[in-house]
Amino acid sequence: MNTFNYSPEAGNPSGDAEMEIRLWDYIDGLSNNEERSFIEQLIATNMEWKKKYQELLEVHQLASGHITLDEPSMRFTKNVMEEIGKFQIAPAAKNYIDKKIIWGITLFFLLMIGGFLVYTLGQINWSGPVAGSATINQYNPAKVDWAHFFNNTYTNVFVMVNVVLGLMMLDMYLGKKKKQLREKAGITE
Amino acid sequence: MSNGLHDSEIIGRVLRGETQLFSELVNRYQNFVFTITLRYSTSREDAEEIAQDVFVKAYRSLADFRGDSKFSTWLYTIVNTTCITFLRKKKLDVHSLDNEKVFELADSVDSGFKANQIETKSKHRMVHDAIQMLSVDDAKLITLFYKGEQSLEEIGKILGLEPNTVKVKLHRARTRLKEKMETHFAEEVRDIFG
Repeated sequence: MNTFNYSPEAGNPSGDAEMEIRLWDYIDGLSNNEERSFIEQLIATNMEWKKKYQELLEVHQLASGHITLDEPSMRFTKNVMEEIGKFQIAPAAKNYIDKKIIWGITLFFLLMIGGFLVYTLGQINWSGPVAGSATINQYNPAKVDWAHFFNNTYTNVFVMVNVVLGLMMLDMYLGKKKKQLREKAGITE
Repeated sequence: MSNGLHDSEIIGRVLRGETQLFSELVNRYQNFVFTITLRYSTSREDAEEIAQDVFVKAYRSLADFRGDSKFSTWLYTIVNTTCITFLRKKKLDVHSLDNEKVFELADSVDSGFKANQIETKSKHRMVHDAIQMLSVDDAKLITLFYKGEQSLEEIGKILGLEPNTVKVKLHRARTRLKEKMETHFAEEVRDIFG
C-alpha cells in the first residue's frame, strides 16, 4: 500500500521534524536497543507514528533499491589508462617531507612565543596593593616596554628581512629535495 | 585474473609496477565516480573529463594511500575536491535548490509525465529523476549513502563534516527527495504502488 501523501500542497508540520529524525535513525539502524523498542512500541500503538514510519520506509526502500548509477562511455577505462601512461606514481609525501624540519619550525615558533611571554610577564608589576586581582588589573599591554626588544625601525626591518630570507631558503631546500626524489623515482611531467 | 582481488591487493601490485591492474580499480568505481561528477557538470563530456582527472590524480597519489580507510572513501574524497576545484575553475551552472532552472526542470518532467500518462516509468527512472531535481549536495549525500556503501563516518571524512552533521543533512536530503517524489511523481507513485 502506498503511504505517500499525493497532495503537493501538503507539507510536513514542523512538529514532525523530531519524529522524522528518530524514525530515520530507527530505519538506518542507528538507534540503541532502548530507543529501538520505544520506537517499535510507538509504531505499533500510535497511528501518526505508524503512518510516518511507512512513508519514510518507502523512501528508504526506493532509495536503497532503485538508485541507478550513470555509466561513462565504453572507452572510459581505456582513456584513463592511456592518460595515466603519461605519468608515474608520485613518491609518498612522507618520503620528501622531513619531519625534523617540521619539528624545527615548530620549536622555533614555540621558542618565539615563549620568549615573548616571558618578556611580557617580566614587565608586569607583581606587587599590587591586593594580591591576586590587583596583579591582573595592573597588567596593561600598552605599558609594556617593547622598545627594549625592538628599539628602532631598522631592527624591525632587519628581523623581517631575515624571516623572509629564511622562509625562501626553506622553500628552496624543500623544492630541491622533492626534485631529487622525483628524479630518483624517474617521474617526468 | 584480478576480478577477485581486494582493492588493497590491487593497490599493492600497482605500486610494485603492475600498472595495468589499475584498470580494475577504474572498472570498479567508474560508474560511481561518473555519477557524482555528472551532478556537477552540465554535460557528459565534462563529467567524463572530471572523472578521468579523478582517476589520474588517484593513480599519481596512490603511494599516499595509507590504507587507514577504504580505498573508496579515499577515492571519493578526491572526487569531492576535484569537483569543487572544477566548479571554481569553470563556474559551471550547478543544479541547486536556489536555482530556478531546477524548478523548470521539475515542471517539465512533471508536465511531460502528465502529457503522456500511458508511459509508465520504472521506479529506477522515477528515483533517478527525483534525485536530479535535488541540489548537488543532497544528491551526492544520498548517492554516497545508498550506492557508495559509505557509513556516516566515512561520508564525514569525504566531505570534511562531523558524522552528526552528515546525519542531519542526510535526513533533510531524504525529506527533500520524498517531497520531490510527492510533488512531481505522484501519479507514478500511484502506478507503482497501486
